[in-house]
Amino acid sequence: MYNKNNTLFIYCIFYFAFLYIPVLLLPIFSFNDSFHMVFPLKGFTFDWYIQMWNKSRLHQALFNSIKVGIIASVVSTFIALFAAKAFTRYKVKFHGLSYGAILLPFIIPEIIIAVALIVIWTSMGLKLGLIPVTISHILFCTPFCMLILISRMEGFDKSLEEASMDLGENSFWTFWRVTFPLLLPGIIASLLLAFVISFDEFILAFFLSSSDQTLPIYMWSQLRFPKKFPHILALGAIIIIVTSLIVMTAYWLRNLGQGKKKDFSIGI
Amino acid sequence: MSSTIQNIYFRSDQAKAYTLLSPALILVIFAMAAPMIVMIFTSFNTQISMIEIDRTFTTGRYEDFFSKPIFSMLLFRSVKISFFVTLLTLLTTYPLAYYIAFYVKKNKMLWIVLMTLPFWTSYLLRVFSWRVILGNKGVINSALMGTGMIDEPLGFLLYNQAAVIITLSHAWAAFAILPLYVSLDKIDKSLLEASYDLGNTKFETFWRVTFPLSLPGVIGAILIIFIPTVGDYVTPQLVGGTDGRMLSNMIQSLFGRANNFPLGAASAVLMLTTVCLIAALVTYITKKVSMRMS
Repeated sequence: MYNKNNTLFIYCIFYFAFLYIPVLLLPIFSFNDSFHMVFPLKGFTFDWYIQMWNKSRLHQALFNSIKVGIIASVVSTFIALFAAKAFTRYKVKFHGLSYGAILLPFIIPEIIIAVALIVIWTSMGLKLGLIPVTISHILFCTPFCMLILISRMEGFDKSLEEASMDLGENSFWTFWRVTFPLLLPGIIASLLLAFVISFDEFILAFFLSSSDQTLPIYMWSQLRFPKKFPHILALGAIIIIVTSLIVMTAYWLRNLGQGKKKDFSIGI
Repeated sequence: MSSTIQNIYFRSDQAKAYTLLSPALILVIFAMAAPMIVMIFTSFNTQISMIEIDRTFTTGRYEDFFSKPIFSMLLFRSVKISFFVTLLTLLTTYPLAYYIAFYVKKNKMLWIVLMTLPFWTSYLLRVFSWRVILGNKGVINSALMGTGMIDEPLGFLLYNQAAVIITLSHAWAAFAILPLYVSLDKIDKSLLEASYDLGNTKFETFWRVTFPLSLPGVIGAILIIFIPTVGDYVTPQLVGGTDGRMLSNMIQSLFGRANNFPLGAASAVLMLTTVCLIAALVTYITKKVSMRMS
């Protein structure tokens, strides 16, 4: 019914530019031979990328972030997998209440969760560090993973599971041989996206990490010094490219084997 | 007899469901609910030294909050900024979602992926990038000065509330595009045809059919943008300056240099209360509006 709308199309192009210019500026300046991010560009250099390799604190922060990200994504995907199965395969009593409670950490301002966790953690006399950061990331990633897995579970035919049960498989083997393979693309997508979320998360780590910096905290600590700044741009450029690749893989996986029913949501 | 069997079956189904749900619920209870209760208790305490907190009950921190005008001002400003962020984001992304839902025929998926991809790339760097764009030596100013349109850098671009609003609305765009697109795409196209057949113009069709049917997406977007942005810390810190400071920046300093955990906890409690009240209000109004519409 609607064929063409040039005004809207031009608007979309402008909005597209608005979305991408801030993201693309950083990689452009990461090759610029100057401490200041000012046009016109001075000259081409790889210096900032080379400088990056000699920063031991950066390596430590990267290692911390990867460690936290892997634990958080694996644990939250596991928790979310069980929850998603409960919500899609059973008529849960107090459905709205439990569903809402599990989604809540994703919606309420992160700073409130950060404050609550720092208060309870210190009042128990425990030391801040990567452990509370990991716990908070699991809390924050689980709703996301659950939404991804629920939409995947709703996407496939329940009768496949029923057929397996009718053929005499118990529920464990049915899950392992039927449900799990069908869910696998969704599970991997959930792992990847949860990792990206945790890897990028700032405010919870800022409150809870103490001296064990994660990568965003390390970047934050360098932003104030113009001389140290260019290598953050180089790091940022790499992060942007790697996360984009991970996210595109996750998107592709989520629609794998879904046929015509495409899934667009990032979990909303 | 059969009803008892059914009852047992139903109960065991519930048991299975809640066994599956238990890890998630335990997580929420221990990592969110319990800490929040402790946070509320702490907000009624007093910080007496660097590490010591007097646990006797007092409403002093709330009195502090309301007696120093800066706190209420920052809370009000946080809400105001979030309101404008939500409004700006909705207004700018609605046409986009509309275009993808109704005009894009091929590769809708590609459009959606491209529109949401920036959301996944480092939040910190995106916000920082805005500082580079808007700063005195930034992209806009250096470009304008380079072309000779201005002699002095435009100082009003950065370190104010407008900069915070633009940056946040850029950062949260994906959260508006998706729910809006989903609700617009669901609309049965034959309803629009019916509206045209009944003699409505394109504009009337939009206001009377398309827009009301997209309301669930609009409400989703409002809640999912408004609530988290009230507590945003990074953006006001990097591009807000003094004018754009929000309550989160104050809370952070209470847990950092100012070292007053109870007052920080009280501020967080009041932020949470405000956010809940506003969310409830939005939901209530929508229910009323949608009831009147149907």
